[in-house]
Amino acid sequence: MGLYSDEVMAHFTHPKHMGKLKEFDAVGKVGNPVCGDVMYIYIKVKDNKIADIGFETMGCAAAIATSSMVTELALGKTLEEAKKITRDDVAKSLNGLPPVKMHCSNLAAEGLRNAIEIYEKKVKG
Amino acid sequence: MRVYLDNGATTRTAPEVLEAMKPFFLEEYGNPSSIHTFGQVAREAVENARSVISKSINADPKEIVFTSGGTESDNIAIQGVARALPGKHIITSSIEHPAVLETCKALEHKGYKVTYLKVNRFGLMDLGELENAITKDTILVTIVFANNEIGTIQQIREIGVICHKHNVYFHTDAVQALGKVPIDVKSMNIDLLSASAHKLHGPKGVGLLYVRKEVKLEPIVYGGGHERGIRSGTINTAGIVGFARAVELSEQPNNMVKLRDKLITELIKIPETFLNGHPTQRLPNNVNVSFKHIEGEGILLHLDARGIAVSTGSACSSLTLQPSHVLLAIGLRPEDAHGSIRITLSRYTTEEEIDYFLDSIAPIVKRLREMSPFKGE
Repeated sequence: MGLYSDEVMAHFTHPKHMGKLKEFDAVGKVGNPVCGDVMYIYIKVKDNKIADIGFETMGCAAAIATSSMVTELALGKTLEEAKKITRDDVAKSLNGLPPVKMHCSNLAAEGLRNAIEIYEKKVKG
Repeated sequence: MRVYLDNGATTRTAPEVLEAMKPFFLEEYGNPSSIHTFGQVAREAVENARSVISKSINADPKEIVFTSGGTESDNIAIQGVARALPGKHIITSSIEHPAVLETCKALEHKGYKVTYLKVNRFGLMDLGELENAITKDTILVTIVFANNEIGTIQQIREIGVICHKHNVYFHTDAVQALGKVPIDVKSMNIDLLSASAHKLHGPKGVGLLYVRKEVKLEPIVYGGGHERGIRSGTINTAGIVGFARAVELSEQPNNMVKLRDKLITELIKIPETFLNGHPTQRLPNNVNVSFKHIEGEGILLHLDARGIAVSTGSACSSLTLQPSHVLLAIGLRPEDAHGSIRITLSRYTTEEEIDYFLDSIAPIVKRLREMSPFKGE
């Protein structure tokens, strides 16, 4: 019963890696307050791997759960691996999302990719 | 603890209502249109109910048409007047229920002109603007009696005076108002009024349309000519009996205003929280607040986990992904509309339930704000 899977509800009520990192190398920002969903994904990189990760999200249960899940999926991965995480991967790991939430609230993978790109530019530049 | 604070959506059927309805399922199940005794017993029950309900709004029994609910009543009123009169202009407001707004939009597609009056930040419309909007082509003004989301009660009597002066029909959707706010169709110059039983502890699937005797109206559903030919279809005897019992019960004293005001006082103590709607000119059972920097669906689900039911104006709870058109119309920024919740009481709501809600909401808001990127900005 309910709009969301148990997995979504578990991540919504007990999100992983919630909050801004004290030290971070880059932050990816996606979403728009007008739409009601905004995500900030913070990453700390060490030896080309995601050494630490955190998120801040304003949004519905799906937005919070996908933010939490993307941090779980990305932690410990190389930057190349982490960049390949898609919104479908996030939705699958959460045992699915309601169709209406697939677009508006499932932005976390883009937030992560955005953070990695900012980091890579910074390192190269 | 299970706490139901979504009585604007629907209400618990009162036990007395259910008891009043029961015989009309099991024993007196005749069709009120039949001339045998089974039918005439049912007919008498329906006419008694019509009399009780008509008295409560100072109408004549013959002016009450029973329907399937508020949406059907709104459709009959608006489409029925449009079919009966030659004019092509309708005036409504920007904070109507979808049953009115969508009906008006459908008429726009058929060549009608519709004026959507603006409202101020409290949700009240400007009477001068209403009067200015009326033209020779105007056939109907349709304005919600009390808004379902923010609870603002319009200046119905004054609107009635203006419509009367210009000889334009005045319809009001009183679905949220009946049983909570005094209604007098005569002194308020109301020509057509919609209401629904399930908002006041009656059964779902029963509503009414008050149609003043002189009003010209074409049916939108054709059939056996029931209900003065305005609404054909076998009469819902049990539902109508339940509706009348619900109206009688709604006249009992209750403490909704006291509990509403306690809720408002305590909720706006939470930082960056504000009340939506009018501070005093509002339904006795409606509270609507916005919590900045967070989103309503999250609040709703956390409350649900504690057994508490409320609703939200956030886009995330709607199929259209648009935040509440009512909250945008009173000037809220979309992000603040997303952070709104509506708490609607009933006469069964207790102070213990309100205290439990208040104990629950503050930590939820705090936790969601800790998660939000906008805290402290």
